[in-house]
Amino acid sequence: MSHGPCDACEELLQGYLDRELTEAEVTQAESHLDGCDYCRRRYRFEESLRTYVQTTAVERMPVGLMEKLTQLRSEGA
Amino acid sequence: MGEQEPEVDGRRIAAEARDRVRFEEEALALADQVYRVARRLVGTREEAEDLVQDTYGRAFRSWRSYTPGTNLRAWLLRILTNLNLDRGRKVQRTPDMQPIEEGDYYLANKMAESQGEQVLDQEHVVEKLSQDSIVTALASLPHDFRDTVVLVDIGEFSYADAAEILDVPIGTVMSRLHRGRRLLKQKLVEEAIS
Repeated sequence: MSHGPCDACEELLQGYLDRELTEAEVTQAESHLDGCDYCRRRYRFEESLRTYVQTTAVERMPVGLMEKLTQLRSEGA
Repeated sequence: MGEQEPEVDGRRIAAEARDRVRFEEEALALADQVYRVARRLVGTREEAEDLVQDTYGRAFRSWRSYTPGTNLRAWLLRILTNLNLDRGRKVQRTPDMQPIEEGDYYLANKMAESQGEQVLDQEHVVEKLSQDSIVTALASLPHDFRDTVVLVDIGEFSYADAAEILDVPIGTVMSRLHRGRRLLKQKLVEEAIS
């Protein structure tokens, strides 16, 4: 099923959120988003999903690893 | 003339030692960021720790091949992803041969379908997904997809940096990223609409 201009907007979604589109493509996406609730909701959803994946999937370095890495340094010196 | 040489040598050695110390310090300052990416590329914390240690071991030995002023984090991650490949990670059928996934709006559409379009306006709608489900979904992606998604979405590398790290054309990064994220969303759907 085709949504017409929404298909083009969906196509631009990833590059838009990654800030990897050309200026012309950004303009194209934004002018569509201005008038389309359907796509705007989905862009916003995708943006929060992106941030959420990033924050929940992050695990900090275990305590003690930095010391081991520092030891590698002095060993080699 | 000959008498000056030891002094010149001494200066050169001292300069090199300074460069080396600076390199090591800059590299160590990035350790947490390198670990975060490593952790999502492999299955366990122990593997990630080993991988980061091997990476720093190699980086400290071959520091001269790093060009100062270029992206050190990308340079370290390139070593890391190569080591990870060398570790005998099982060669998979090329992911490009996998069946086509649903579209980019798939997850949002499914949620809107089951809970009404307005659900997407809720500020914390994505928090319905648990940390476990996200980590599991990421881990279950085909390796090539996962590497790319992790580098760009967790490591926040540009397409160009990811291409250089993985030694593939930028178009390959884009297609793997695109398809990897679609697969990820497919894996999250069940929990999102339950």
